[in-house]
Amino acid sequence: MAILEVRDLKVSFDTPDGEVHAVSGIDFTLESGDALAIVGESGSGKTQSMLALMGLLAENGHASGEAIFKGKNLMEMEATELNQYRGSDIAMIFQDPMTSLNPYLSIDNQMTEVLMHHRNMNHREATDHAVELLRQFRIPDPEMRIRQYPHEFSGGMRQRVLVAMGLLCAPDILIADEPTTALDVTVQAQITRLMAELRSESNTAIVLITHDLGVVAGLCDRVMVMYAGEVVEYGTVEQIYYQPKHPYTRGLLDSVPRLDNVDDQVLHAIPGNPPNLLSLPKGCSFRSRCSKAFEACYEKPELEDEGKGHKSRCHLGRES
Amino acid sequence: MIKLQRYSLSRPKSDWCNMRASEQKPVLRVQDLAVHFEIHEGSLLRSQTHILKAVNGVSFDLKAGETLGVVGESGCGKSTLARAVLGLIRPNRGRVMWLGENLALLDEEEMRKKRKELQIVFQDPLASLNPRMTVGDIIAEPLWTFFPKFAPVQVDERVRGMMKMVGLLPNQINRYPHEFSGGQCQRIGIARSLVLNPKLIICDEPVSALDVSIQAQIINLLKDLQKKLNLSLIFIAHDLSVVKHISDRVMVMYLGRTMEISQREALYRRPLHPYTSALVKAVPIPDPILARQQPDTGLTGDMPSPLNPPKGCVFHTRCPYVVKRCQMDVPALRRMENGDWAACHRTEELDLTIRKQGDSAR
Repeated sequence: MAILEVRDLKVSFDTPDGEVHAVSGIDFTLESGDALAIVGESGSGKTQSMLALMGLLAENGHASGEAIFKGKNLMEMEATELNQYRGSDIAMIFQDPMTSLNPYLSIDNQMTEVLMHHRNMNHREATDHAVELLRQFRIPDPEMRIRQYPHEFSGGMRQRVLVAMGLLCAPDILIADEPTTALDVTVQAQITRLMAELRSESNTAIVLITHDLGVVAGLCDRVMVMYAGEVVEYGTVEQIYYQPKHPYTRGLLDSVPRLDNVDDQVLHAIPGNPPNLLSLPKGCSFRSRCSKAFEACYEKPELEDEGKGHKSRCHLGRES
Repeated sequence: MIKLQRYSLSRPKSDWCNMRASEQKPVLRVQDLAVHFEIHEGSLLRSQTHILKAVNGVSFDLKAGETLGVVGESGCGKSTLARAVLGLIRPNRGRVMWLGENLALLDEEEMRKKRKELQIVFQDPLASLNPRMTVGDIIAEPLWTFFPKFAPVQVDERVRGMMKMVGLLPNQINRYPHEFSGGQCQRIGIARSLVLNPKLIICDEPVSALDVSIQAQIINLLKDLQKKLNLSLIFIAHDLSVVKHISDRVMVMYLGRTMEISQREALYRRPLHPYTSALVKAVPIPDPILARQQPDTGLTGDMPSPLNPPKGCVFHTRCPYVVKRCQMDVPALRRMENGDWAACHRTEELDLTIRKQGDSAR
C-alpha cells in the first residue's frame, strides 16, 4: 500500500524578477520500503519539491497540490500538526554535513532532542538509544563520541551522525538530499552501503535526491528525472539505465565518468547550462540543449507512458 | 590581441627553444617537499603545540605539456601541496625547481614575478570570484597587476579574447559573477588564470562543486586549452574517475605522503598500492546490475588524524593487506620495473588488478 501519494505538486516563488515556477506539477507514489531517486541538475526543483512536502519552503514560496501521507494531506496541515510527523514519521537529511549540525551543541544534545520530543523518553533513555544507533553506523567508541561537538568529527562521520539522526524515530520515509555530494568518494561508498543495508533491514522508504546517476544505480528501485521543474522521465532503475527514453536522461548517464571501462577516451557533457527558470525556452524546456531537437519540440511534450510504467516527456517517444 | 601577446609573451626566445629541445626534461621538479603547521591547543597558560605534517616529503616531476593528476581524500595534503608549489605557503623542507630555479628560496617580490608563469584555479567557482567586480575586471586584474602600463583598449581586447577562448560570450563582460551558473563561473576562473599566458596551471578540485553533467564540459575545456597552449597541468581531485580523462600520470596521496605515482593506464588497470585500489573501487558504477555486484572498497574506519598519524606505513590502520612489517617500517617510494612508483612493502606480492566488468545490458 502506498504510504505517500503526491499529486500535482507545484511550488512557486515570488521574486523581484517575477514569479518563478520551481516545480510545475509532479506526481509520484511511495510504497513502504521503496527507494525512489529524484535526479536532476541544480535548479531542477528536486529539493524544493521535497521541502514543500515537509512544509519547509522559504517565506516567499507557495506550494499547491496534494501529498497524502497515511490518509492525511500534508499540504493542508498547520505547522503544529505537521510537527507531529516531521522528524518522527518523515525525516530529512540535508546536503551539507558541515552546516546541518549545530556547532554549539554536543552530538548528544542534538540527537536526544528528537527522541525526547517525539517519543517521550527521558534524557538517559534517549542517549542509550542514540549510542546504539551510532554503534550501528560504525562510529567508534560511541559512548565517548556522543559527548563531543560536531567540529571533533570528520566530514564522513558527521554525515553518518546525520543519517543516524534521521533514523532515530524509525521513520516511515527518509528523505536524503544529496547526502554524499560534499563527501570524498570513499565516504560516499560507505554512506551508500549503509543506506542499502538500512533498506534491507527496515521498512523505511527512501527518497534520494541527487545530480549524479552514478550513486543511484546500486541503491534505488525507481528513478524520477527532473528538468526545469518537471518530470521528464520516470521508470525502474533497469528501464532508466538500460533503455533511457529522454535525451536528457541519456546525457546524464553519459556524463558520469566511469572507471569500469578504461578504454573510452571521450568525455560526454550536456552542452549549455542548467535552466534559468525565469527564461525557459518555449515548448520543450530542454530543447536548447538537446542534440535531437526538431520542429515538434517548439510545442510542449506531455509525460506519456511508454509501457510498463516507463514514462517520458519527449516528442521522439517510442521511436527514439 | 596579437599586439598584446607580444608583450605578455615577453619571455626570451631562447627559453622557448630550450623548452622544445628538451621536451623530456621536467619543467617542474619537486623534491622532498614538506609543509608543517603548528597547532596550538589549550589555554594561554598551558598551551601545547602540535606539529601537523600536512605534506611530508613529496617528490615528483612534471614535463612541459604534461598533466599530473593528484588524488586523495580530504586532509591528505593535496591542496597544501598546490599552495606550496606556488609559494602561497612556505615549505619547511624540500625544493621546488621551476625551470632550474628553486622557488622555495625566492623572497616575496621575486616569487610574485614568477607567478606570471604559475597560476591556480580554485575549487569553489563562485567563492573564488569577487562578487563586486564585473567579469571583465576579474579577468583583467592579473593584467593590471603585472602590466600596469597597458592601454585599457588592449586589456579589453585581451579579456574578450580570453572569454571567447573559455566558451563565454564576450558581450557578458560587464556582468557580475552571481549572474552566472557554477560551470560558467569556473570558466571565468580559468580565463583569469590563463590571461597572463602561464606555463603551469594548478587546478585545485575545479569540478568538485559542479553538477556531473557540467563537470565533463570543464574537463574537456581544460584538455583543449592545454593542447592549444602547451600548458603543464596539475589537476587535483578526490575522485579517480574525474582525473582519468585528463591525466598522463596520477599521483595518489594519503596523510601527506605519496602512495603511488603511475602512468594513467597502468594505475586504472593494475594499481600498485592497496589505497589506490580502494579508491578505484569506491567510484560508483552507473549500471544497476554491476553496481549491485561491486566489491566493497575494503577500507575500514576513517582516516586517522593527521596530527597523530600511524607509525610505520600511514595507511596500515585501514589496509586490508596489512602485515606486521607495515606497523613498524615506513615504506619508501620505490621505482617499479615499469617505471611507476609505489610506497608499499608488499607491492610485488600483491596482485591488485581491477577485474574488468563488461558493459552489461546497456
